[in-house]
Amino acid sequence: MQPLTRVEGRAIPLGLKNVDTDIIIPAKWLKTVRREGLGAGAFETIRAEPGNVFDDPAYAGASILIAGDNFGCGSSREHAAWALGDLGLRVVIAPSFSDIFSGNAVKNGILPVVLPQDAVDRLLEVAREGQPISVDLESETVTTPYQDRYTFILDPFRRHCLLNGLDEVGLTMARGEAIGSFEAARTAAQPWLMRGTAAA
Amino acid sequence: MASRPRTLYEKIWDAHVVETRDDGTALIYIDRHLVHEVTSPQAFEALRLGGRTVRRPELTLAVPDHNLPTTARLDASGKPVPIADSESAAQLAALEANAPAFGIRYIPATAKEQGIVHVVGPEQGFSLPGTTIVCGDSHTACHGGLGALAFGIGTSEVEHVLATQTLLLQQSKPMEVRVEGDLGPGVSAKDLILHIIGRIGAAGGSGYVIEYRGKVFEQMTVEERLTVCNMSIEAGARAGLIAPDDVTFAYIKGRPMAPRGAEWDAAVAYWRTLHSDADAVFAKSVTINAAKVEPSVTWGTSPEDVVPIGGRVPSPQDFADEGKRVAAQKSLDYMGLVPGMAMTDVPIENVFIGSCTNSRIEDLRAAAAILKGRRKAANVRWAIVVPGSGLVKAQAEAEGLDKVFTEAGFEWREPGCSACLGMNPDKVPPGERCASTSNRNFVGRQGPGARTHLVSPAMAAAAAVAGRLADVRELV
Ligand code: SF4
Repeated sequence: MQPLTRVEGRAIPLGLKNVDTDIIIPAKWLKTVRREGLGAGAFETIRAEPGNVFDDPAYAGASILIAGDNFGCGSSREHAAWALGDLGLRVVIAPSFSDIFSGNAVKNGILPVVLPQDAVDRLLEVAREGQPISVDLESETVTTPYQDRYTFILDPFRRHCLLNGLDEVGLTMARGEAIGSFEAARTAAQPWLMRGTAAA
Repeated sequence: MASRPRTLYEKIWDAHVVETRDDGTALIYIDRHLVHEVTSPQAFEALRLGGRTVRRPELTLAVPDHNLPTTARLDASGKPVPIADSESAAQLAALEANAPAFGIRYIPATAKEQGIVHVVGPEQGFSLPGTTIVCGDSHTACHGGLGALAFGIGTSEVEHVLATQTLLLQQSKPMEVRVEGDLGPGVSAKDLILHIIGRIGAAGGSGYVIEYRGKVFEQMTVEERLTVCNMSIEAGARAGLIAPDDVTFAYIKGRPMAPRGAEWDAAVAYWRTLHSDADAVFAKSVTINAAKVEPSVTWGTSPEDVVPIGGRVPSPQDFADEGKRVAAQKSLDYMGLVPGMAMTDVPIENVFIGSCTNSRIEDLRAAAAILKGRRKAANVRWAIVVPGSGLVKAQAEAEGLDKVFTEAGFEWREPGCSACLGMNPDKVPPGERCASTSNRNFVGRQGPGARTHLVSPAMAAAAAVAGRLADVRELV
């Protein structure tokens, strides 16, 4: 995973509430067996509208997306995070995120920044003016050229993984012994729990 | 030493903590993992690239469902019919190859046990009370109907579970949805959960695990409980659950992967401890009066956009919140509805009975009871029934339900996700409406431009007969 410490640049002022995963990446794009190339289908329905923010040259090359409440609600599809990454986005700022989406985002090097609605409204204004926004994960702050400064909090473990580009699977595999003793205790006490498909 | 009173969720959580970390997250053991073709190929690929193996292959069960066409899978000579869409075919082939390569039990598309993951898990006795169950699909919450802690995960987490049989999680807060009183006649579990989502909102359960409590749930069958818990995610909750009881145990007993003999007795004894303690504290609590719940329908493009069937399309001005006003206007434009219109005046061109929310035998019986001796209206162009599994299909055929459906003008299909998300050829045409027993009415969910009205199976049947959204209570 690509580490993320600081992202600075233009932001796409989407602003919409309840941006669900079907909006981020419609189901027909889920038939891939790869992670790459999903940017082409990202926000397809929104991009079909003329003058949409994604195709507005004013926001070309943006690495930050600003949205409304409950961003990423809906399905568990990690394709949503892959699609955002494929668009070149590294940060999404919103008043709230769906639990599954924010987990998926972090695992793919995308930072979900939760800020209060009034801060998000202000950042939308700044973004619409085409001004850059900076997001610093080290200090957990978002700043603008107008001296706006907002702090956010990311779960410390997620922050650690993002800052260092760590792979969670590898980290947990290193805990194999603890998992093994848990399994041994369980096999002794409740063997039926460990049978799974082998019970049939 | 008397321990602190705990909620059901907390009890299941505590029983699965492998270790806690200083930052408050915990490594949680995963008992059951369901895998389907859409969210797994990249996980298997990552395992391969990392030279990793599956830690406990017997705790994962793989079955294709999302992409599969629901037309006949075998030709007249008994040979599998090739899948026309090459991308779907490649994804299905990937699962068929990956599962055995990693030692995982795979149910093939042509087996009678095949079906939607969330129908198959409970049906096979793979999903059990008190277990942690995950799947790369957000409606995994469904299995909470058995008293399991079940939730959807992303593909990186699928890889994490395959490699380590654990997940690194932050504990959610327990939330109680208490339903007082009894449901009225003609009001189903689906109507109740739609009503609940309408009440608490699409983000109302965000950060919480919901426990559904009250007599209504105790009186429900397991299939009804699965329907309720299935849609917890539509209220933003990661999971929803209902305490297991004798109804649950009777449902599970004798299923192929369920415990047997002395192990069965030990399991039941353990399951009986799985309920919230009398003075357990919930971080949030919502009370619903069951008597107020009516057959429900959605008018918009979020599952919180719920009105009783006797209600009207709301006006964006009805909402206090500015964001919701904008969203409501967008929804109305997309849905082609005008404020004030009676829901029963909304014409319907398509009817879909299926999905992991409502494709079990009781759902099909409820729809068939309305359709018996009736026919779909002339303006209903497409009406399909997609059973949740091959076993549901066989049971329905044994009861003659397939005949009731086909005589009413419905197509009787092979099991799968189908028009719930339109990944396979079953799609609702742009601009047309569908009365659907599925769980999501998002923009484009059932096909680009498709307009979805979420309803119960009986209400879907009523809509088919009336050619418009209709109150099923007028047909019984
Ligand atoms: S039926 Fe729909 S919601 Fe259920 S698993 Fe399939 S796609 Fe997901």
